[in-house]
Amino acid sequence: MEFLVCISKTPDTTAKIAFDAGLTKFVEEGVSFILNPYDEWYALVRAVELKEKLGGKVSVVHVGEAGSDQMIRKALAIGADQAFRIDCKPKDSYDVAQQIAEFCKGKSFELIFLGKETIDHNGSEVGAMLAGLLDLPFVSYCNKLEVEADKINVSREVEGGVELSTVSMPCVVSAAKGLAEQRIPNMKGIMESKNKPLEVLSPVNTEATIVLEQFELPPAKTGAKMIAPDDIDGLVNVLKNDLKLF
Amino acid sequence: MILVYIESQNGKIKKSSLEAISFGQQLKTLTGLELGLLASQTTDTAVLADMNVRSLAEQQLDSQDPVTVAQFIAAAFNECGASHLVLSGNSLGKAVAGVIAAKLKAALLSGVKEVLQHNGKICFKKSVFSGKANAIYSIPGSKAVISIMPNSVAIVRGGATQIEKKNLNIALTGGKYKINSLDLQSGKTPLTEAEVVVSAGRGMKDPSNWGMIEELADLLGATTACSRPVADIGWRPHHEHVGQTGIAIRPNVYIAIGISGAIQHLAGVNSSRKIIVINKDPEAPFFKAADYGVVGDLFDVVPKLNAAIKKSKSENS
Repeated sequence: MEFLVCISKTPDTTAKIAFDAGLTKFVEEGVSFILNPYDEWYALVRAVELKEKLGGKVSVVHVGEAGSDQMIRKALAIGADQAFRIDCKPKDSYDVAQQIAEFCKGKSFELIFLGKETIDHNGSEVGAMLAGLLDLPFVSYCNKLEVEADKINVSREVEGGVELSTVSMPCVVSAAKGLAEQRIPNMKGIMESKNKPLEVLSPVNTEATIVLEQFELPPAKTGAKMIAPDDIDGLVNVLKNDLKLF
Repeated sequence: MILVYIESQNGKIKKSSLEAISFGQQLKTLTGLELGLLASQTTDTAVLADMNVRSLAEQQLDSQDPVTVAQFIAAAFNECGASHLVLSGNSLGKAVAGVIAAKLKAALLSGVKEVLQHNGKICFKKSVFSGKANAIYSIPGSKAVISIMPNSVAIVRGGATQIEKKNLNIALTGGKYKINSLDLQSGKTPLTEAEVVVSAGRGMKDPSNWGMIEELADLLGATTACSRPVADIGWRPHHEHVGQTGIAIRPNVYIAIGISGAIQHLAGVNSSRKIIVINKDPEAPFFKAADYGVVGDLFDVVPKLNAAIKKSKSENS
């Protein structure tokens, strides 16, 4: 089977979020960037597991500049066979989806994976847009997936419950916790990743569909109002009169 | 025209859809565009009696799977001559909004929590960096799909409604996505829609101690949640896990009991309007994100709190 995993780069979870004076640019200095955890832990690992079980090849694709190459090598170390980097700084998620859709043309990926969201923009947008552009079914927030002939049986979390479905391949799947267990690259994988192909491709022309006007930081909390542990009446007063919970 | 897609469950329009309608009304005020509703099932409009809505286009689809629904909404958008689509950013919204935007070649903004005038433009605000910042976007093109972050828009009533229903008859191909079962927990408000959440973590020491958490939640009409470690070791079901890798929520009140407040947990709950933290460790990082804090032993504080709430309720009744 042919698997594609779309990977993106995000600031580390613990990164300090700061913007320039005009509040239009995220300050990247001093921020460590990582392979987006949902792409790495769940999407990529599930694709590699399925390849190990069913045979085939796992490709990864990333839309970004050369600074991402080290991160792409990590995906190869975890078990992807080959990588493609579309060489541009994406304008927005529609741009990313269009670049990947263009890349997919003429290829025959049966399962296209990505994480349920990136931890910077939390949009959950690229997978759905990619499916729309390629006219393929889209499974979002997938937490279990098994291949059965030309279909997949999937589970996904919905508000207050679980949906079990059967979906035709080819399709696009966004991965949530539960789909796979994180794998740490071993030394063999790291050595092999250095010799695996990483092809750099030119982007297609696109136009931005949304314009960032300004970032803002939420007002800092001014410090919690502390209530003594023996002041149960004080706590009840907060719940009842300040927060009107009953 | 602004088209607002609404969903029903058990014959009732969902709260998240009422939020989408209220957002649509704000957008209507700012743009002067007309507003109409769209549904993929026959809808009981009684709950809309005072929401100032005049038209509803509907079609009972054979399947409510996301592939069919996306195809339907995109076709209906064109048939209604709409320019803006508004829908909830709930699990269905996440599955269809991007698909629809791509099919319509429309801009997509997902998880929007506010529409506003900014620099003379109509702009949309959303949370980014897992709740650590907001971003304000404008849309240069003429078509947009906007999904609304659940629990972020107040439902506004006012203005009598005389709804004119129009039946659509859109041909759909379907068949690629088959829902085999939908197992919903009955009687509980889903976490993403809950206004009050009582959450507990490793400080509980043992799953058998959760009775007091459930009791507190019942007393406050809250939904229960938990931190990652207790879901991972099986003390609580996975669907209760809130945080970076679990569910992101934004209730009015989040009560965290015996949770230290690791950055990954905060990422899923820091948009809550008010946070109360009960923890015996005064150095727990959660206190920095809290509005109210109690440094104390939860095994002492929570049972006493439950008793005091019961007493206060009985005195009022």
